[in-house]
Amino acid sequence: MLSNISNVVRVGVQRNGVAAVLSARTYADFTAQASFEIKKCDTHKLDEAPATEVVMTREEGLQYYRTMQTMRRMELKADQLYKQKIIRGFCHLYDGQEACAVGIEAAINLSDHLITAYRAHGYTYTRGGTVKEIMAELTGRRGGIAKGKGGSMHMYCKNFYGGNGIVGAQVPLGAGVALACKYMGNNELCVSLYGDGAANQGQIFETYNMAALWKLPAIFVCENNRYGMGTSVERAAASTDYYKRGDFIPGLRVDGMDVLCVREATRFAAEHCRSGKGPILMELQTYRYHGHSMSDPGISYRTREEIQEVRGKSDPISLLKDRMLSNNMASVEELKEIDVEVRKEIEDAAQFATTDPEPQLEELCNHIFYNNPPLEVRGTNPWTKLKSVS
Amino acid sequence: MAAAARFFIRGANSKLPISGIGTGAQSSFGATLLKLSPNCNPRTKTQRRHAAHFTYQPDPIPTQYGPTQKMNLFQSVTSALDNTLASDPTAVIFGEDVAFGGVFRCTVGLRDKYGKDRVFNTPLCEQGIVGFGIGVAVAGATAIAEIQFADYIYPAFDQIVNEAAKYRYRSGNMFDCGNLTIRAPWGCVGHGSLYHSQSPEAFFAHCPGIKVVIPRGPVQAKGLLLSCIADKNPCIFFEPKILYRAAVEQVPVETYTIPLSQAEILQEGSDVTLVAWGTQVHVMREVADMAQEKLGVSCELIDLQTILPWDVETVCKSVVKTGRLLISHEAPVTGGFAAEISSAVQEECFLNLEAPISRVCGYDTPFPHIFEPFYIPDKWKCFEAIKRMINY
Repeated sequence: MLSNISNVVRVGVQRNGVAAVLSARTYADFTAQASFEIKKCDTHKLDEAPATEVVMTREEGLQYYRTMQTMRRMELKADQLYKQKIIRGFCHLYDGQEACAVGIEAAINLSDHLITAYRAHGYTYTRGGTVKEIMAELTGRRGGIAKGKGGSMHMYCKNFYGGNGIVGAQVPLGAGVALACKYMGNNELCVSLYGDGAANQGQIFETYNMAALWKLPAIFVCENNRYGMGTSVERAAASTDYYKRGDFIPGLRVDGMDVLCVREATRFAAEHCRSGKGPILMELQTYRYHGHSMSDPGISYRTREEIQEVRGKSDPISLLKDRMLSNNMASVEELKEIDVEVRKEIEDAAQFATTDPEPQLEELCNHIFYNNPPLEVRGTNPWTKLKSVS
Repeated sequence: MAAAARFFIRGANSKLPISGIGTGAQSSFGATLLKLSPNCNPRTKTQRRHAAHFTYQPDPIPTQYGPTQKMNLFQSVTSALDNTLASDPTAVIFGEDVAFGGVFRCTVGLRDKYGKDRVFNTPLCEQGIVGFGIGVAVAGATAIAEIQFADYIYPAFDQIVNEAAKYRYRSGNMFDCGNLTIRAPWGCVGHGSLYHSQSPEAFFAHCPGIKVVIPRGPVQAKGLLLSCIADKNPCIFFEPKILYRAAVEQVPVETYTIPLSQAEILQEGSDVTLVAWGTQVHVMREVADMAQEKLGVSCELIDLQTILPWDVETVCKSVVKTGRLLISHEAPVTGGFAAEISSAVQEECFLNLEAPISRVCGYDTPFPHIFEPFYIPDKWKCFEAIKRMINY
């Protein structure tokens, strides 16, 4: 993938392959933007396809790099905190799949809507949550994005509907949100994400039908990381062409390890939706480095070699990094500097997440119903009344 | 009927090589979850927040069923399934990841021993798993379906309540899916949060036509599971997941059954009747000891074992004797199965009651994330209820 032809559009001082000393370079030394040839998407029921030659600016590249690196570091920190038993419960990490979240987000607006399942940390971040809020949610602290009440699987922010625990259950919700977008006529759309495992749930197919029937501005995204929990796609799905499984819904199969591929495909899909053509399906072929959840070591159903190979050959961060470096869009030192900043942000957030107080006990009963005045909730036995507000 | 299992070869087709079961390297999600759960790892006992809320007390070694072997709860479930696959050629086991042993290791080695056409993975589709199981059962085969967590059973709720439970009734006894048994890990586990801790037995207790069974330990698990499999009604078998590793007993190796709908009196007493099932039985054991020690109150402890249809007689007889009843479960108090027991006992034993019937249960909240220690009906809460009843 790295051998993609890249055409330098505007050349400052060209020093291909030379590791120059940073202090000797100025901003103008870098290439401001370059065009890249990306992998062609497979299409289903589409006359056109996303472009295979795309342009990325230096700013975009640096931003994608920083976001992906933040996600990666955040997940690795979560892994560490989980092993220290500071994070408890179920925790599903996103490392390896960063290009999906960043690519999608780069091609839609923050005013568009997004809903995903329980592997939600990355999207919470791209949707506007801070690392601090996410980490504090993981540790169940007051400063968490869901007030410490949800934990890993349940994170929410504006136009981001979570953070849903049951496999596949979020997809119909996404279609509902898309209906609202259509009804309001505000040219917004809803991205509904699910995994290759969830793709076999019945309600996904119910949703395809509704979305196509009513021509909803919905992008269904199947993040195919090759394993539904411990079962590989080949053993779980009669057809692993997830982009075709919407049948009457047009689909794209996208290299989910390449942020530019994902961005271009999402841009194409968003235009499709916004032009009133109805829903579209994208299969992002990606990979998770960690197991399904923290209690899955992730090597009993796949080999260490397989994981190493993906890491070595198609890691989304390395891919972007190499592209930027080989096109003189950034220097090694500059990226290292970003790494240092990211690391610091993560460390600060982890510090906050381990020192912030836990929510007050009253929070246990709050937010069960909408109620005003406060409602009494039975606790332990029918006579213990606790106050519930929302 | 032996051929019934042949239909499933396709579903079990494995295109990728997978590492063998029982190789030692094989671990799993659930297994590690349990390793992290407090009762199984003495190192975590120092962490107050995660201290176990009960102490497991093994049953005496059963002598009537032949040779025994040391097993924990998941091994006793495996043993029951092993016996079934060996003796019943139509028996098939399916569910998410069961071919590699399941997330809680309950089906370890069975695929290798009995073949991939009899022990096979399904896609992630709970509604499909149960619906499929009903079809397998109605065709005459013995279907044992696993839902990975009891919390995930809700997508299959319609299949269980509308299809499985009513099949016999609505066909005038022409068709039934009595050969179907659904297993699901159940209950709190120390840090399972909202979607890995629920106890949904009361939802199914409202549904005539199915049986709901919950064991308290390995010996009961095997006997009751074999009864469920043999029973000619669709059964839901909930396994307390916190006990999978924590509960270790001497379990008979051969097949044996423990009758359904029969509660077991674990300890006789004269002042208060305690009714519980699953993990909560062990909490209640401690409560009974505390009541004896601190209050001089003699408790009669009953493990209900079958939630539907439940053993009204044993419970009522006990309440007639003691005059007091405390029921405790992890599920929320409102509409929990304790409500049904309380109501039935009140009707039957009104004049024998010395105090209002007590329920000590989970709060009327979703199962909380970090507040689990507060939510759990622990021994102190139950002990308080006993004090209140005695002083009434």
